[in-house]
Amino acid sequence: MHVGLEQYLTVSFLLFALGLLGVIMRRNLLVIYMSLELMLNATNLALVSFSRFNDKLDGQVVVFFIITVAAAEVAVGLALIVALYRKRQTVHVEDLTSMKL
Amino acid sequence: MEALNNLLGGTLVPDVLFYAFAALTLLCAILVVANPFSRNPVTSAMFLVLTIISMAGLFLLLHAFFLAAVQILVYAGAVIVLFLFVIMLLDLKEEQRRRINAFGFVAGVVSVGLITAIFLKCLHHTALPVVDQPVLEGSTEALGKLLFTQYVLPFEVVSILLLVAMIGVILLSKKDAKTAPPGELGLPGITVENKPKGAGETAKPFAVSARPGEEK
Repeated sequence: MHVGLEQYLTVSFLLFALGLLGVIMRRNLLVIYMSLELMLNATNLALVSFSRFNDKLDGQVVVFFIITVAAAEVAVGLALIVALYRKRQTVHVEDLTSMKL
Repeated sequence: MEALNNLLGGTLVPDVLFYAFAALTLLCAILVVANPFSRNPVTSAMFLVLTIISMAGLFLLLHAFFLAAVQILVYAGAVIVLFLFVIMLLDLKEEQRRRINAFGFVAGVVSVGLITAIFLKCLHHTALPVVDQPVLEGSTEALGKLLFTQYVLPFEVVSILLLVAMIGVILLSKKDAKTAPPGELGLPGITVENKPKGAGETAKPFAVSARPGEEK
């Protein structure tokens, strides 16, 4: 079967679904963060393939910005995780219940 | 040589490469999220590297050469190293297997099912552009031209965002001055633990001179 936009979008969707599953079901904050990265990458793949098959470069520019923002987001998020670990000695979401009613 | 060119110019090799890279990406992504052999976050990070690299291969197949390079440089080079650094810094113990959360399981299955339904519906009802031989090339030159003409304002805004993120990270990871125990010498960062060895006697005059208010 000739590879077209549909195949790329399917791969992108599967990656996104995997990332979503990881964010919801895993309990380790670091792994949840990695799953978030997976979801961001899935959208990047979708945008690049849209760009390629619509013959417009704008999608790739957006991907460039997404990569930049993702790098900033990872830096801030990991700093937050380190600060949290200093206070609570855990990165397990089930142990972080101080906002529970 | 000509046969090789014909082979590479056709659609057979890119298609085979697509399926190979796609399978590798998905397999490694599964191992990031649910590794049956190890619950260690380091393993997840390593498989995330593999996912990123095979995704850069997919970008190459889409002729997005610049983004493939950036993907490897930024993700595999910076983001994953940051992840590994934090994992090592936190010194996590092996995560013990807890019983799976029924609510989380149901929530995951339901949300993934819903998003699958949305995806299939969209794929059926949207007329995707049919292109036999796409011509777009995501070269550095073309992307740079677009970035510095049409998208110059977002580009500057993103640079400010990076600056803000950097300041935020420094603020967040700084030791809280109120809660941290004061260093032995009354100077931030110099405590009993990290004072250089053999500085016991010789450091005393320094300590006195550093806090002139406590001189006898």
